Amino acid sequence: MTGTANGAGAIAAAAFTLPALGFALGPIFKSTQHTWETVGTESLFVANNYTPVVVTLVPGIGEAGKSTVYIRRFNAAIDVDPYDQGTPYIAISSRCAHVGCPVRWVDAAERFICPCHGGVYDLLGRRVGGPPVRPLDRFYTRVVGEDVQVGPRFSVNSELRRFSPRYPGEPLDGIGQYLYPARPGAQKL
Amino acid sequence: MPKLPAPPLPAALREPPPRPGEQNGGIGIAEGAKEAGVTVVDWVDERTSLSGGVRWLFFRKVPKGTNWFYTLGSATLFAFLSQAVTGVFLAMYYRPDAAGGAYESIRYVTNEVFLGQFVRGMHRWGASVMVVLVFLHMGRTFLFGAYKYPRELNWVIGVVLLILTMVMGFTGYLLPFDQRAYWATIVGVNINGTGPLIGPYLSDFLLGGSEFGATTLSRFYAIHMLLVPGALIALIGAHLYLVTKLGTTAPPWLKVQRRTESRESEV
Repeated sequence: MTGTANGAGAIAAAAFTLPALGFALGPIFKSTQHTWETVGTESLFVANNYTPVVVTLVPGIGEAGKSTVYIRRFNAAIDVDPYDQGTPYIAISSRCAHVGCPVRWVDAAERFICPCHGGVYDLLGRRVGGPPVRPLDRFYTRVVGEDVQVGPRFSVNSELRRFSPRYPGEPLDGIGQYLYPARPGAQKL
Repeated sequence: MPKLPAPPLPAALREPPPRPGEQNGGIGIAEGAKEAGVTVVDWVDERTSLSGGVRWLFFRKVPKGTNWFYTLGSATLFAFLSQAVTGVFLAMYYRPDAAGGAYESIRYVTNEVFLGQFVRGMHRWGASVMVVLVFLHMGRTFLFGAYKYPRELNWVIGVVLLILTMVMGFTGYLLPFDQRAYWATIVGVNINGTGPLIGPYLSDFLLGGSEFGATTLSRFYAIHMLLVPGALIALIGAHLYLVTKLGTTAPPWLKVQRRTESRESEV
């Protein structure tokens, strides 16, 4: 009798606790949908300077779901890394790799500068000063007809090797890529 | 001086004459009204024995040298109660809608609702007051050595309460959903994400996905007004129980005094 009652109580408690827990933790395992967003025609972008465009990362929540992306045409003179070859446009995320503040491209200094804690990045988005632990994230790009489209985000390490998107503040050099694993739901493009 | 006779009471209020076989008769209405309060308390107490608990909680022996520093814990409790009451009333107006409704509802509370700015101000500034009081209370406990045996467990519960208070501050900061709230939350979630191995999962849990989205705000709202307050109330109850059970400590500058009367009896 006691054992049955305790067992029934445990099952009843588990019956509402486990689904609730799964409900709260579910988003960790949800796979993200890849979307491509048209940001302008090819004539809008040049090879030696960045053009800021606003993309919608999360639809339906207004301004909070938007982010600025800095785009320039692929430039064989500076984009010498083998990982960048064949990319029509270089799209740099404005999200600082320190703790996620928005960086801006300062033309005169030819640097991305973060207003929060002083992170500084060069033309390729590589860290040249301040607290960031890795270069700025990038977006996949493609050209459809005349339109330039921006796709999913990806992260890079200091050699510009590509990784699935990580949160800011997570280094990807050396042991970092193992300490900060990819999201379970992240898909290869 | 002889007392003048009282004017006669109306018949309805007059005490009925004693019935045959009754010694004193039933008590009158005036007498009954006086007794009613006592009767209700007695009725409840007879069935619950609450008065013993109330005496145990409120009429305790406190050590010599108890001073104003000992009220910091109660002050923190009052700050929490103030947060709870103002929070409940703010929840009547607040909408956790990331598309703009959250900011608009806060703007409405602040600018349109009668005393809205005042109640919101109490909640907003009271949050800082509570954090300050928690630290002062913690400092008092530490400096007076009140965390030592047998009160270690109460210190541990207090630390958990401190962390939960911080969680309240963090999750409540997002709710106004202005620029400051948004970016502070982005930064805060990403700081959580820098923890090795579990950091990315913690960020996913807090954001409710891989990006800041519509569910992030409602998630923070639920944590702020349901999950953490429940834990806070339960742990405050445990904290108070242990304080009552173990008693408070004397301040460290008080020397141990021999009981003189017992020494005299030994002679």
